[in-house]
Amino acid sequence: MRILVLLKAVPVVGTERLDDALRTDRSVALEANGNDEYVLEAALKLTEAHGGEVTLLSVGPPGAMDPLRKALAMGATRAVHVADEAMRGSCYVGTARVLEAALRRLEYDLVFAGADTSDGQGGVIAPALAARLGLPYLSYASRIEPAPDGRTVTIRRLRPGGYDVLEAPMPALVMGTQVLGEPRYPSLRGIMQARNKEIRTWTLADLGLDARSVGAGAATTRVLRAEPPAQRAGATIIREAPETAVAQVIDLLAARRLI
Amino acid sequence: MTIVSPVAGGLADEERLLQETVRDFARREVAPGVGERDETEQFDRVLFTKMGELGLTAVPFSEEVGGAGFGYRAWTLVMEEMGYADMAMAVALSVHVLSQSPVIRWGTQEQKERWLPEMLTGTCLGAFALTEPHAGSDAAALRLRATPAGSPVAPTYHLQGSKVWITNAPDADRYLVFATVDPAAGPRGITAFLVERGTPGFRFGRKERKLGIRSSSACELLFEGAEVPAANRLGEEGQGYRIALSALAEGRISIAAACTGLAQAALDAAARYLTERTAFGRPLAEQQGLRFMLAEMAQKVAIARAMTRAAAEAKDRGESIGEASSLAKWTASDAAMAVTTDAVQLFGGYGYSREFPVERMMRDAKGAQIYEGTNQIHRLIVADQVLKRVTGESQH
Ligand SMILES: Cc1cc2nc3c(=O)[nH]c(=O)nc-3n(C[C@H](O)[C@H](O)[C@H](O)COP(=O)(O)OP(=O)(O)OC[C@H]3O[C@@H](n4cnc5c(N)ncnc54)[C@H](O)[C@@H]3O)c2cc1C
Repeated sequence: MRILVLLKAVPVVGTERLDDALRTDRSVALEANGNDEYVLEAALKLTEAHGGEVTLLSVGPPGAMDPLRKALAMGATRAVHVADEAMRGSCYVGTARVLEAALRRLEYDLVFAGADTSDGQGGVIAPALAARLGLPYLSYASRIEPAPDGRTVTIRRLRPGGYDVLEAPMPALVMGTQVLGEPRYPSLRGIMQARNKEIRTWTLADLGLDARSVGAGAATTRVLRAEPPAQRAGATIIREAPETAVAQVIDLLAARRLI
Repeated sequence: MTIVSPVAGGLADEERLLQETVRDFARREVAPGVGERDETEQFDRVLFTKMGELGLTAVPFSEEVGGAGFGYRAWTLVMEEMGYADMAMAVALSVHVLSQSPVIRWGTQEQKERWLPEMLTGTCLGAFALTEPHAGSDAAALRLRATPAGSPVAPTYHLQGSKVWITNAPDADRYLVFATVDPAAGPRGITAFLVERGTPGFRFGRKERKLGIRSSSACELLFEGAEVPAANRLGEEGQGYRIALSALAEGRISIAAACTGLAQAALDAAARYLTERTAFGRPLAEQQGLRFMLAEMAQKVAIARAMTRAAAEAKDRGESIGEASSLAKWTASDAAMAVTTDAVQLFGGYGYSREFPVERMMRDAKGAQIYEGTNQIHRLIVADQVLKRVTGESQH
């Protein structure tokens, strides 16, 4: 089975900031989008159980190499990185156009995407891609089971209060949730092995795309203003069991001389 | 929460990923239980097993022998993250690695195949047994006696005597034990043996009750005519002292890295506290006297890290590391002691309270000035090297 995992490199959660054009600044340290790691984990488990390979596809700045290396160390087979200065400032439509062109050059039985991204939260790329490629779109998967004959895939789709069981022919695009299971740590041996894994880099020209069809110039929307949430005092969240939590609250108050 | 330390510069991509992975693991899996483990003085074998599954127990060994294939500089990154999260667990891991690296360097093919797989995966826990009640700094004076025995077809050695302060011992499965085949020969009689838990005549004595690193277990080993197959002798008779010294020279780099992490943790905790705590109407962080203290703590951490990395890089280049590793271990353990003590001071009364982590860090730091060669012994080693360069021969 060939699974293609879409992996977006996002600013390390908590360090997001805007650039002069009010877009997410991607010159900072990047990490794999959290939700994407969950579908990567599902892809790795499936190929470990049934054989096959996992290809990563990432569209983004040079900083995406670090998260790609980590995903390779977790066990993915190879990575494709589409990087081109001309893509800077692309809107969702532009990004979907690039991903579509890349997917048309790759072979797969399943495409996995995370629920949404920590720096964008549009959640529209995966359905847009499925629409452009004419792929069945299975969303909010909490379990993914390809049929042994490799023709269909069955998923559980979460919905409030339960789940639906959906089936679709392959190839198909599955958008997964965190219920799929915690992503693994890269194994330390995996980190060394990842050095010899292939990371292919494609430009827009490699994809046969006109640079003018993407990027800020071709964007279908424009950001007029970006407002940060109103500043609030820093909160301390205690998530321990009640007995421990009570002790911690008392310590916090005592430390501030409030009791 | 944790302040990222500026240590990623000059590293290879795979080293940065290693550092990030171990940091993530240490924060999520190791740090949360550290206070409780200290209070209960319990070594957490389940956590050690997880460390083995991640591959921490195989980091500085080549892929040919089943290691992860990283160098020593990478190993110091691992140990620094472990020391940051829990010095006791860092020491347990360091000693585990210390007990197996001589097998890689001195073991026969048969010994490597028999001994290493479970050690590299962390399925078995290792201990390194050199110190005796009457022989610490003067390790060459050890008395544990190894007497050839058995039959010509099944030769063995009888071990008679005891060891003290053996880290990991109560929980370990495999022991690298140093004994003498000829007490009159001094260092030239010392011989290394691989001993398994459960060997008849080998049992545990008193558990050490420690000031710090309390969740790292240590105890006395008693050998009462324990019979060890000659096939478990590591190296030749009389090679044991060299084996011990070369292993310890490596182990010191590892301890130095753990100390650097411990000092960094205390520095970060203190820096955070100074921004949170107010006195006389403003945050403590605005008091220049305290800012100076913080800067001096940061200076000590930076020096410790630089010396540790220099020693690790010398090892990776295949240079002799005796002096560099002594300098690193001495400097980094002194830094950890000073920085953790200052952190307690900066926390005031709360620093002295067991409800806050810095008093544990201070207790955890102290031992590192003593084990793997006291810092006095490191002065002797360094002075010896300095004089050797002048006179062209060893003074020691
Ligand atoms: C937490 C902990 C864990 C340990 N784990 C292990 C282990 O896993 N395996 C193991 O084999 N051992 C272990 N040890 C033992 C440790 O290596 C010894 O304690 C150490 O080498 C010092 O030996 P000693 O205790 O006999 O002190 P001594 O050698 O008696 O030293 C006493 C004092 O005299 C000083 N001194 C001694 N000789 C000289 C000299 N020539 N010049 C100047 N000063 C000198 C020392 O620096 C020290 O201050 C551990 C110790 C501790 C505290």
